[in-house]
Amino acid sequence: MRRRTVAWAVAVKDLRVERRARVATLQVLPFAAIVMVLFAFALDSTAVVERVAPGLVWLATLFSMLVLVQRQFAVEAADGALDALRVAGVDPAAVFWGKAIALALQLAVLEVLLLGAAVVLYRTELRLDGVVLLVTTWVAATVALATVGTLYGGLAAGTTGRETLLPLLVFPVVAPVLIGATRAVEAALGTVGTPGDGWPWFGLVAVFAVAFGAGGTLAFGPLIDS
Amino acid sequence: MQVRSAPQPGTRDTGSRATRTLGLVTLVGIAWLLAFGLGFSPADRDQRESVRILYVHVPSAWLAYLAFVVTAVASGLYLFRKQHSLGWDHLAGASAEVGVLFMAITLVSGSLWGRLTWGEFWQWDARLTTTAFLFVTYVGYLAVRRLGGDHHQRARRSAVVALLAVLEIPLVHWSVRMWRSLHQEATVLSPDGDVKMDGLMLFSLIVGVIVFTLLYAWMVIHRQRTLTLEDVLDDEGLDAAIVERRREAEQPGVGSVAR
Repeated sequence: MRRRTVAWAVAVKDLRVERRARVATLQVLPFAAIVMVLFAFALDSTAVVERVAPGLVWLATLFSMLVLVQRQFAVEAADGALDALRVAGVDPAAVFWGKAIALALQLAVLEVLLLGAAVVLYRTELRLDGVVLLVTTWVAATVALATVGTLYGGLAAGTTGRETLLPLLVFPVVAPVLIGATRAVEAALGTVGTPGDGWPWFGLVAVFAVAFGAGGTLAFGPLIDS
Repeated sequence: MQVRSAPQPGTRDTGSRATRTLGLVTLVGIAWLLAFGLGFSPADRDQRESVRILYVHVPSAWLAYLAFVVTAVASGLYLFRKQHSLGWDHLAGASAEVGVLFMAITLVSGSLWGRLTWGEFWQWDARLTTTAFLFVTYVGYLAVRRLGGDHHQRARRSAVVALLAVLEIPLVHWSVRMWRSLHQEATVLSPDGDVKMDGLMLFSLIVGVIVFTLLYAWMVIHRQRTLTLEDVLDDEGLDAAIVERRREAEQPGVGSVAR
């Protein structure tokens, strides 16, 4: 089977599991929402919240991503499904991309909802001239987060202490995405600077997405091999 | 080339004549560094006595970076060579441990120096922030090494993580530099500022680098051998347990299900 077909099959399988279990909708989404509310409590100033809203949206996304990744690989590891896929001779790069696509789609929906929450809760205003930057950054950052999450999620899958190990591994790695995506969205919304200022930041996120996409394609096999 | 990380069969000692000599030379070097760092070298005109921190700070930073490069190279050699020699894995692990130690020394000594010179323990400058990220990344690497599984599984996993760290560090550095260049006014005194170095100071710094390099080599050799012995112990422990279970099974009455 071609790599693309297998990747798509894995992605569809993951999304189907998710649709039936509804963990993302019933647990991760409310979790992200409460994080957004907690930020407002902690910062306790409308002006500050308005100013830092893009950063908070990405932070909430990062926290939720960890929960999603844990869940995605717990499902695989519980029945040794990942090992079964390997034994069946499935291309590990296809498994990587399948799981990354499924994660990216869930993250993409989550980010739109979180941005909506920021509009409602933090009085964030969208502007028309920043839409292109906003959408491209959204795509690039989602791919970047999904590839990193899948890569390290696969590494920690099936090991004891993975819940605590995953944030330690993932957070230092995704720091460039958090910085780049936050600055780009700030520029797109006009919170800081103009949309034109955001493109170098988008570039950073895009390079990151490409680098970890390639890294994941090569490294996922040795990582999940046992 | 094979890495000779294994001590001689039957030995349970990580020392040898060579390491003892190296250790002795390192000890003499430390005494030499103390004499130059604290005694012979003068205080700086601007930084005063706090300049002496640099004789520890700069060598430890340099050694930490060297250690992480060694980890990356050894990981690559483990992964890409046909033999998949565990010796490379032990070298990578030992070097990373010592690197994390030196990086911790760098961060602590740097923030003490910063407090005395800049008036702040921490500045969100690109180099400092990247160093902190490097530290956390390799703490994560050490955690991955302890995940369990068989030796080759551990070696493969940690080698991949070490190589991913090589991919990550330039990206982190680039992003933090972009972040700072737009958001922070100039630092009070730049870390590599216009301090003109006195001959004796430069000499003390070079002594520091040499002594720390020797110390690094001594520690890595011992840790590498300890890691090898840990693996040997692990294997022997498993073999011993299997032999014991077999003996139990051979004894009449033991192992049969009671009716």
